[in-house]
Amino acid sequence: MGYPHKPHARETVLLSRYFGEADARTYKGWVKRGGYAALEQARAMEPVRVTDIVKESGLRGRGGAGFPTGLKWSFMPKEKKKPHYLCVNADESEPGTFKDREIMRWTPHALLEGTAIAAHAIQAEVAYIYIRGEFTEPLTIMEKALADARSAGVFGDLKIHLHRGAGAYICGEETALMNSIEGKRGNPRIKPPFPAAAGVFGMPTTINNVETLAAVPPILTKGAAWYKGLSLSSPKSTGTKLFSVCGHVQQPGNYEVTMGFPLKDLVYELSGGMRAGRTLKACIPGGSSVPILNREETEACLLDYEGVVERGSMLGSGGVIVFDDSADMVYQIMRLARFYAHESCAQCTQCREGTAWTTKILERILAGQGKAADLDLLLDLSENMTGKTICVLSDSCAAPVVSGIKKFRNEFEDYIAGRRKPVMVA
Amino acid sequence: MPDELVNLTIDGVPVAVPKGTLVIEAAKQAGVLVPHYCYHPGLPVAGVCRMCLVEIEKQPKLAIACATQAAEGMVVKTQSPAAKSARTGVLEFLLINHPLDCPICDQAGECELQDFTFQEGRAGTRYSPDYPKRFNPVEDFGPDVLYVPNRCILCTRCVRFMEDVAQEPVLNVSERGDRAFIGVHPEARLDHPWAGNVVDLCPVGSLLSKDFLHKARAWELDKAASVCTGCSQGCNVTLDTRDDIVVRVRPRSNLEVNRYFICDHGRMNYRWMNRGDRIEAPLVKRGGELHATDWQDAFERVTTVLRGAGGRVVALVSPRASTEALFFARELFRAGGRGLEWTGAFQVVMGEEAPLPGVPDLALRAERAPNGRGAELLGYGREYAAALAAAESAAVVLVLDEPDIPVRTAGTLIYVGTVLPERAREAEVVLPIANVAEEDGTFVNRDGRVQRYAQAKPAPGMARPGWWVFSELSAALGQGDPVASAAEAFARVAQTLEPFRGLSYEQLGFTGKPAAGAAAVPA
Repeated sequence: MGYPHKPHARETVLLSRYFGEADARTYKGWVKRGGYAALEQARAMEPVRVTDIVKESGLRGRGGAGFPTGLKWSFMPKEKKKPHYLCVNADESEPGTFKDREIMRWTPHALLEGTAIAAHAIQAEVAYIYIRGEFTEPLTIMEKALADARSAGVFGDLKIHLHRGAGAYICGEETALMNSIEGKRGNPRIKPPFPAAAGVFGMPTTINNVETLAAVPPILTKGAAWYKGLSLSSPKSTGTKLFSVCGHVQQPGNYEVTMGFPLKDLVYELSGGMRAGRTLKACIPGGSSVPILNREETEACLLDYEGVVERGSMLGSGGVIVFDDSADMVYQIMRLARFYAHESCAQCTQCREGTAWTTKILERILAGQGKAADLDLLLDLSENMTGKTICVLSDSCAAPVVSGIKKFRNEFEDYIAGRRKPVMVA
Repeated sequence: MPDELVNLTIDGVPVAVPKGTLVIEAAKQAGVLVPHYCYHPGLPVAGVCRMCLVEIEKQPKLAIACATQAAEGMVVKTQSPAAKSARTGVLEFLLINHPLDCPICDQAGECELQDFTFQEGRAGTRYSPDYPKRFNPVEDFGPDVLYVPNRCILCTRCVRFMEDVAQEPVLNVSERGDRAFIGVHPEARLDHPWAGNVVDLCPVGSLLSKDFLHKARAWELDKAASVCTGCSQGCNVTLDTRDDIVVRVRPRSNLEVNRYFICDHGRMNYRWMNRGDRIEAPLVKRGGELHATDWQDAFERVTTVLRGAGGRVVALVSPRASTEALFFARELFRAGGRGLEWTGAFQVVMGEEAPLPGVPDLALRAERAPNGRGAELLGYGREYAAALAAAESAAVVLVLDEPDIPVRTAGTLIYVGTVLPERAREAEVVLPIANVAEEDGTFVNRDGRVQRYAQAKPAPGMARPGWWVFSELSAALGQGDPVASAAEAFARVAQTLEPFRGLSYEQLGFTGKPAAGAAAVPA
């Protein structure tokens, strides 16, 4: 996108095309830009046809898991016996990710339109937009947009509620999000039952990310084949994706590129590269929950679901955190672990105790009191924290620890051996 | 329609279970106890402790046995290296913040954290002694419940019990991450009439009964299967004794009666079983005073009275007496040819009814007696006042362990009981009997279910079970042979009375059987 700067020539602006244009926020301005035409088009179609088009487009969930969107919609019961719900995940709590915020700030109607189309496709009569509590400005904008579009009558019988979160990271996990909407503590639920069978209030529910839904209107107006064509690499990863680049780059911000775009170019070219005299050390490509890439892996990585996995990480939410050679990886990893320890919902034993223990060990290493056995202990704890809990928060804590120790072991060993000045962590 | 069965293998043992059965329950059928903390058959599944992780062939990740349904052809391995190492990992995590204060913990010896750690935990800790452990002060949750947060493993059984079973959600998980603890509503107390169950449900020593606090170590306790005497519900319980003193009553599971729970009224209703002021020898009146004697002498005195008696006989009995004792107390006067006119009655103390909303047909019943239904089946009536009036002119009045006897009689009073109320001193003969903790016997609950209870401790002095006393007396009057055990006594009941026909101690087991045609009495 480039807000507040102009789009870079190598960006493909689809979602971010109107970022920075205040007029696009208004209902009239949105309609002038062709808005709500896709909704009208969808309403003229059988719901299953809308789902099929999204299926054909290859659109995959932009929240982190990358699940095919059309397929997810098709899990909803065909024969409607109970009320259907749509939940829009606008909690955007993943550290390093700030794309949904910009979509809601600049093109609130894109999200509302996508929401209404999805609700039609899954035959939902109620949609909840669960918006992160800290997003006060986006909330105000969304409220205005919702009120304007509602009074223009574009939603028909569909009820859309803005539901404000209260600040827990875990409420971005879809089942915790549903509990939170229900007024319960935001604890993830065990699956099955899956949301399409029993979701919010026990009713069939689909949960989609903001960016996913914002991509739906152009898919309808321009066609599935067109969207599918927006790919530089794997046919399994289609369309454009917003990447939130932060950290040690000269121009942090959101950049929209087609799937398969080289991570190297995103970092060095679009984001302005490293500061003078600095070199790239590491990169977390998909929000804080995914394994860390070292420089070589970063430079070889293509940004699509398969490409990032090939390099040993995940595309996740597209939050790209860049570290230059001045970064203290031990400290950075401790900060991540501390975040997860703070945000663990406390249900599962491994997560509740493991995230906190991991943090304590990392803090001690930083304080110069680490022991040689600590690294193997961290790896073993991480093993016990991976793939064994209700949700993936504990896996997310383990991922940077394991990849960090694997790729930057010398930094840990320097602290343990006393070759590096201890850091007192508050 | 019979349940559809699915076949699966658990640790090499093939089992067939109804469709929908959880793997953890199917494993029990295979004789395998999958270690677990948060799972409890009487509570909704939480799936949070992650202790019951097992390997299931063809599944990429370990699965929790408590939330996975058994499926056809499933191959479950609880002892695979991956499953064992996952559980060892959970135990290590559970212990890092645990105070390891087993020497002063009430739960020690019956603690699932101890048991499973002993079974498959690590021998040593990897948690540095430099790290502080989580600390929160002990909290007073309610009339009988203390919360020791430092020992808590956050299995949430207590939270789920209060929310889903008691349906009074005063507990929650407060805070997040490793700061989490069980919180109580700031304006509420854990004082639901069934709240004490959270102490039993707690798999560790985190929720403690104030009543039992520091009373005994678990390994000092002897246990006897019993039936609660608190009301007519007939909840199955275990009496825990230490050195022949009842120190605790806990629920014993019976899916037909009380599932896994008992109410606090029943839980606290045991101190009288330990009374020290018991009648320890038969007493007979000589020169206007009661004097201790032996059984033979006492029996002779009673038989002399009964042989000489004619006209009306009134029996005032306790609805806490065993079915067997009540039966032989009736048989005593059934002797043909003596022309006695018999009236038997009992009175029941009434109280507030307190249901447990999450379990159908389970409540602390208003009728606070365990064997009113049994007494009725044996021919005793509820017209207590009329019986008292009749007693005034009766030839013989027999009182069976009923302390409330404002009885005035021109005839002879025979008192058979555990303790000696003032009025019983007017008796011609006093015979000491065992209380419910000191004998085998049966009660019939309000739904007509006949349930056995077992002896938990010896009776004091010369006291004997009621059935023994009355059957010996019957025999002395020439009415058949005496019986030698409670089982024989019950066999005699079953021979004689239609509702008990076909039942035996062996058949009843320790969960009971319904008496024939003994429908529920109106409350």
